[in-house]
Amino acid sequence: MKALLVAECRQGRLAGEYAELFGFARALGAATSLVLVGNPEELPGFDGRLHFADAREYGEYSPDVHKRLVLKAVEAEKPDLVVFMHSSYGWDLAPRVAAAMRAAQVSEVSGIGEGAFVTGCCNGKMRRTVRPLTPRAVLTLQPGAFPAGTPCGSPEIIPIGTSTETPVELLRYEPPAAEGIDLSRAEVVVSAGRGVGRREQVELVRALAEALGGEVGASRPVVDAGWLEHGRQVGSTGQTVAPALYVACGISGAIQHVAGMKGSGFVLAVNTDRDAPIGEVADLLVVADLAQFLPALILKLRV
Amino acid sequence: MKILVCVKQVPDLEGRFVPNAAGTWFDESGLAFRMNDYDEFAVEEAVGLRERLGGDAEVTALSIGPDRVVETLRKAMAMGCDRGVHVRDGAAAERDPWQVASMIAGYARSRGFELILTGMQSIDRGSAQVGVLVAELLGFACTTTAVGFSCDGSTATVERELEGGAKGVVRLKLPAVVTCQLGLNTPRYPTLPNILKAKKKELLVLAPGDVGLEAPLAAASGFCRHERSASCLVLEGGADDLAGRVVAELREKTAVLRRGGAR
Repeated sequence: MKALLVAECRQGRLAGEYAELFGFARALGAATSLVLVGNPEELPGFDGRLHFADAREYGEYSPDVHKRLVLKAVEAEKPDLVVFMHSSYGWDLAPRVAAAMRAAQVSEVSGIGEGAFVTGCCNGKMRRTVRPLTPRAVLTLQPGAFPAGTPCGSPEIIPIGTSTETPVELLRYEPPAAEGIDLSRAEVVVSAGRGVGRREQVELVRALAEALGGEVGASRPVVDAGWLEHGRQVGSTGQTVAPALYVACGISGAIQHVAGMKGSGFVLAVNTDRDAPIGEVADLLVVADLAQFLPALILKLRV
Repeated sequence: MKILVCVKQVPDLEGRFVPNAAGTWFDESGLAFRMNDYDEFAVEEAVGLRERLGGDAEVTALSIGPDRVVETLRKAMAMGCDRGVHVRDGAAAERDPWQVASMIAGYARSRGFELILTGMQSIDRGSAQVGVLVAELLGFACTTTAVGFSCDGSTATVERELEGGAKGVVRLKLPAVVTCQLGLNTPRYPTLPNILKAKKKELLVLAPGDVGLEAPLAAASGFCRHERSASCLVLEGGADDLAGRVVAELREKTAVLRRGGAR
């Protein structure tokens, strides 16, 4: 089994998740090579062939050009699998490579089956096994699903090149909106999710945070609805927190949210759905309606 | 300017999912269906763009699935799409992303669309592949995860959401496919007059064979519930009783109530 791993470069930096690609390959027992369009000052350390193109020439986000570069490496390596992280780079580029190879793609892989890959569905509530029917396959890996490998050594660098013609051009980066609150230092974070149902119920979440001496956080739908400010969003597109106590109120537990809070010491989840995927990371799941349970809890805490 | 917006009908995720007999996907009975969240933003963006461009811009909404998806197409039309295309496919839920993309591209090919909008993923399958595959099959420019969008008729400028809330501003030459992230805009609620109007809008019904359905590249099995972590304690009961038990648990297993933190 041969795996071609696709590393990525974000604003000049080698994205550290490439070590998870190696972790996956190790779990699979696959031989590895790597392809990277990146910064020559930021090369990954590993023992093997690195197909490399300079991002100063080929851009950091230029998907048509990167597709052609990855395909050069595919041509040279003839891998059974081409493996990306399920990141903004990976989910954008992987299907282009898969389409060019006429290969099956399995997205957001979180486990390995027999000749098949386990992937979550229904927002992480359910899972299934997907088996490629094509001789070669393209995968994207769920971040955090495979323990990072510890690749080391210095790679043999093989330069790759292609034309830079593209209908898609990255004009600039914009930094994240100024964060009002640094949740990463909070001892207790009490977050509101879509399950709070109405804007008024956010006040209950706020009152619980106050009773616990903590900060208020939010999942993405609550921020999108304008119920809480973006500076309080926890998750892959918000802040990463690791408080001693994390209380998830009406949060289903989508992967993107869990990515931002799974390092918490103790997780209390309150949800009406006893099958909600938040149960997977929770230490305590209370199956209850927030409108009834939160006031009762606040009262008990104030005694 | 001709705009195509692709919408999927998905189950409400609060529902209880039970594997079908083959274990390939869920049994639909008892589930409520609605428009995929991400696709609502695509519909709003398409309709908003047509309003901004004025003139002869038109928006076609396409959905693939059994007869129930007509409801979602009617919603898209009530939000302002000019017409609907229903690829009637009872097996749509079992199709892999390649097959779904082959049908969308098969419909769109040679119909002169300059812009195709869709959600970046569906909430049930979540592969995030279909939009990009459609672009590849059609040879269109493509970008994903739009949280900002503008279009002047020959190019589109898209803000892509990146890790940690940063954005990449990307310019694409049309024709293009853009996949939409949550929060791109504020999807409108269909008004009653528009719901009534939508019932009279044109709805074209096609079969998968009419739009070039291809063979699958992948097969699914073993659909099941994601196990909860073994250490998760589940509490059920009345609110007062639960509150007491939760406080006891927090006292025993965390330090947050010990330092006089609770007020």
